[in-house]
Amino acid sequence: MRSFLGTFQNKSKLITRRMFIITSVKIVVFISIISRLFYLQISENIKWRSLSDKNRLREWKLAPQRGVIEDYFGKKIAKNTRVFQLHMIPEDVPDLETLFFKLSRMIDFNRRKRNSLVKRLKKRKPWEPIIISDNLSWEEFSRLNLFLHEMQGIKPVVSVARKYLHNGSSSHIIGYVADTSKKDLENSKLLREIDIPGLKTGKTGLEKLLNNEMIGKPGLQRFEVNAYGKRIKELKFIQGTAGQDFKTTLDHEVQEFTGELMKDISGSVCVMDIYTGDIVSLVSSPTFNSNKFVHGISSEDWEVLIKDKKKPLINKPLAGLYPPGSTIKPIVALSALENDVINPQHIIQCTGSIELYGMKYHCWKEKGHGFMNLRSAIKQSCDIYFYETSRRLGVDRLSVTSKQFGLGEKVLTNFVEEKSGVVPNTKWKLKNIGKGWVLGETLITGIGQGYFQTTPIQLCLMMSQLANGGYTIKPRIIDDKYALQGIINDWRREFLSRKEENNLIFDENNAQDTSVKKLFRNKENIKFVLDALYGATNEPMGTSYRSRLTNEFMYAGKTGTSQIRTITAEERELKLKQKDLPYERRDHALFIAFAPYKNPRYSISVVIEHGGTGSSAAAPIAKKVIKKVLDRHKLRKKYQSDLFQEV
Amino acid sequence: MLRENIRRENLSFREKILALDFYLIFFVLLLGTISCFAMFSSEQGKIGYFTQSHIYRFFTFFMFFIIISFINISLLYKFSYFFYFIVLALLFAVDSFGITSSGSKRWINLFFINIQPSELMKVSLIAFLARYYYKIPIENVTSFKYIFVPIFALSIPVALVAIQPDLGTAVLILLGGIAVIWLAGFRIKFFLYSFLILICLLPVGISFLKPYQKSRILTFLDPERDPLGAGYQIIQSKIAVGSGGIFGKGFLQGSQSYLDYLPEKHTDFIFTLFSEEFGFIGCILLLIIYVAIIYRITKIGNKSRNNFAKIYCFGFATAFFIYVAVNMSMVLGLVPIVGAPLPIMSYGGSSMLSIMLGLGIVMSCNIHQKDEIS
Repeated sequence: MRSFLGTFQNKSKLITRRMFIITSVKIVVFISIISRLFYLQISENIKWRSLSDKNRLREWKLAPQRGVIEDYFGKKIAKNTRVFQLHMIPEDVPDLETLFFKLSRMIDFNRRKRNSLVKRLKKRKPWEPIIISDNLSWEEFSRLNLFLHEMQGIKPVVSVARKYLHNGSSSHIIGYVADTSKKDLENSKLLREIDIPGLKTGKTGLEKLLNNEMIGKPGLQRFEVNAYGKRIKELKFIQGTAGQDFKTTLDHEVQEFTGELMKDISGSVCVMDIYTGDIVSLVSSPTFNSNKFVHGISSEDWEVLIKDKKKPLINKPLAGLYPPGSTIKPIVALSALENDVINPQHIIQCTGSIELYGMKYHCWKEKGHGFMNLRSAIKQSCDIYFYETSRRLGVDRLSVTSKQFGLGEKVLTNFVEEKSGVVPNTKWKLKNIGKGWVLGETLITGIGQGYFQTTPIQLCLMMSQLANGGYTIKPRIIDDKYALQGIINDWRREFLSRKEENNLIFDENNAQDTSVKKLFRNKENIKFVLDALYGATNEPMGTSYRSRLTNEFMYAGKTGTSQIRTITAEERELKLKQKDLPYERRDHALFIAFAPYKNPRYSISVVIEHGGTGSSAAAPIAKKVIKKVLDRHKLRKKYQSDLFQEV
Repeated sequence: MLRENIRRENLSFREKILALDFYLIFFVLLLGTISCFAMFSSEQGKIGYFTQSHIYRFFTFFMFFIIISFINISLLYKFSYFFYFIVLALLFAVDSFGITSSGSKRWINLFFINIQPSELMKVSLIAFLARYYYKIPIENVTSFKYIFVPIFALSIPVALVAIQPDLGTAVLILLGGIAVIWLAGFRIKFFLYSFLILICLLPVGISFLKPYQKSRILTFLDPERDPLGAGYQIIQSKIAVGSGGIFGKGFLQGSQSYLDYLPEKHTDFIFTLFSEEFGFIGCILLLIIYVAIIYRITKIGNKSRNNFAKIYCFGFATAFFIYVAVNMSMVLGLVPIVGAPLPIMSYGGSSMLSIMLGLGIVMSCNIHQKDEIS
């Protein structure tokens, strides 16, 4: 019993001793847990807290509203409108197929749309809303709302999208917006910074040019999200700022009118204010519906546009290159007069053709014009007279004058679509073609053929700078009151100095900062050319006599017909009519004019691609446009500074 | 005189109630209340299914704990072998009739309740070993004759649980059992030898591990290895604990748990949820409660005159400590994630039953501390 008791007590002691050891181990372990807690919760707290915030907070950017484009009178050409969209929250839809079937009977939701939707669905979380249709008609939208109670998981939404309010006449100059592509992101730092899925960006025209200003600043929505990315609650909302609005110098009504005139015709019309350089109208034809691009153009529509041989996607006033043809003749005449190589009274007999440097050069009038002086040569557009004039002038002097008047370089700044064209001279040929200049080429350059390439807007600028008395202007399409005031002040000074020419010494320094710079040596030469153009339109025998207007609408202009290749001797024999030729080989018809003849304000250039002769195809259109523009002049004047109205 | 002190049976009911350790009861109730609030928070502040059944279970098993307390220690002593074999039989039954859930067979359907015998084994093994060593004189504990029974009693359930597979519970049973064996006087050098053998067998053991178990160990060594896969739990848990700071984010304000970043937040990761919402201060308080419970159990063991009660109380205190320490170390990234619940705090009926049963025996030891086992 003793021994048992002893063992018992020994055992008890042993157990207690061992428990003591274990307790010390426990203390060590608990201390290490506490120090771990201290380390995580106190020492490293900031690190873990920021990780926790990174977990729970997610930000969504909100697309800002795009700036609006208006015409000169404040009429909106490109604006943001309500669009009716249909969104779907996939997790709330009990049966997708039933829903799709119902939708297909109510809205335009065909098999192909269904398949692309199903494809998109797979990449998304079931609680993220997905857009089924982003542009429903009002009928579809109201029908959906009516039957909404029958369909779960869909949500009709009123959203904002770009809308173009023109009949297509401004499609090229205004351009269009569409979904941001990978290439757009590569090219634009701003777009990369904004980074909003589904954001539209300007693709062409002013939409592209002014994209960075018009796009605006995105808003922000901060949400608390759960582990699966579902938004739980909104924590912060910052309203974005809408993009800048722009007012253009375009007259929407003239645009629409011209667009209607040019329907089914391939070509361009360009109208410019000869003093301020305001582009009143810039129409390219045929055109396209820019609204179709906003919500993604269908491949069928795209195919039609791409395959059209009239090239509706090209902005022809800026990017169409045409030989100027006879429209260059006023510049050739001016250059010859300024350089004193010809006397206006000099008479040349036109017999229909001339032999020079061993080649035969033809006049457009087969029988010849007979005896011509410089004025009648411009009026009747005699080629023989201008062969002789340009032979005396030489191509290099001609190119200097042409460039001064705006040919051969871009008219508008930063317009991606715009082309600069070619004003040929000896240096240019050597550099670009690698051959020496041939004298015969001077002759055809003198009638605006050969290497000469101009855009309609350049011709319009050339006409403006002649019509305003031979002064430089800077064409503008974005209206800016401050810049305009400067231009007006410059002109006012110029008019004053013209009036007091005799008793005032011309101030050289003053002339240098003005935006209005003289382009001539003797103003009588300009007057002579303008008078000759008057003859061309308003006197019998003039090339555009048939398209003349009378009284306050009286204008003066020059026709042009530009061949797109040399006429062979056989063809000349056959006397092929233009309409017998295949479309691609017909001549371009050109016409430039300024109006009204007394106190001119506007210049116009019309180019009809493959339209035949300038007098038959281009001048009649110009006539109608001039009438319209002059009709609207009074209204336009109201929007300009008072003092300028005397002009 | 000794004999008189040892044998004092037939306490009145009033005496028994007065003999309860009210400190222990207080701390258990406190912990239970905290656990109900934590469960409430884990369900985004709603009294949902988990909160409701946790509350029911806690109070049911708490009553069970009190009832067990009044049972005479001798009876419990006699019952402990039987209890062990019943649980062992259940473990075998799990192997063939168990309910499979998320890849492992852990539960058995006893018609009225689904039970996890491996959890009950935690307590029954301690009781079994305490009874076994009670009779063996200290000189004989290490003798060859008395080694086999404890080793089999330990290794069979551990092996059965490990093949379920439930590595976490197997490890907890093993550690608890070893602690009891060592407390009973087993020589240190045997542990050293078996430890060496274990090291040698480790490569073999690893080859038996399931792929997810291997990845858990690798993830423990480097959680950033696979932040969205195997490392996700531990990274999110550390973020939750760390972002709690000194005072925590506040009750029901734990974004990690509220927004479902925290996995298994009502069971193994309940401590993470708690520490996110109550911070360092809250964790220290919770630790103090656990330390107090362990201290009370140890104290009861100390007061007990008979060695069965002593071994059992010390063994249970140590096992209880091991559960707490393993769970906390696990969620804090100190040991690999093994799936060990936090006693009383974690959601889980079997675990709660097992702990309450264990505490009931402890309390019975306290009431009958002067009793000798007949």
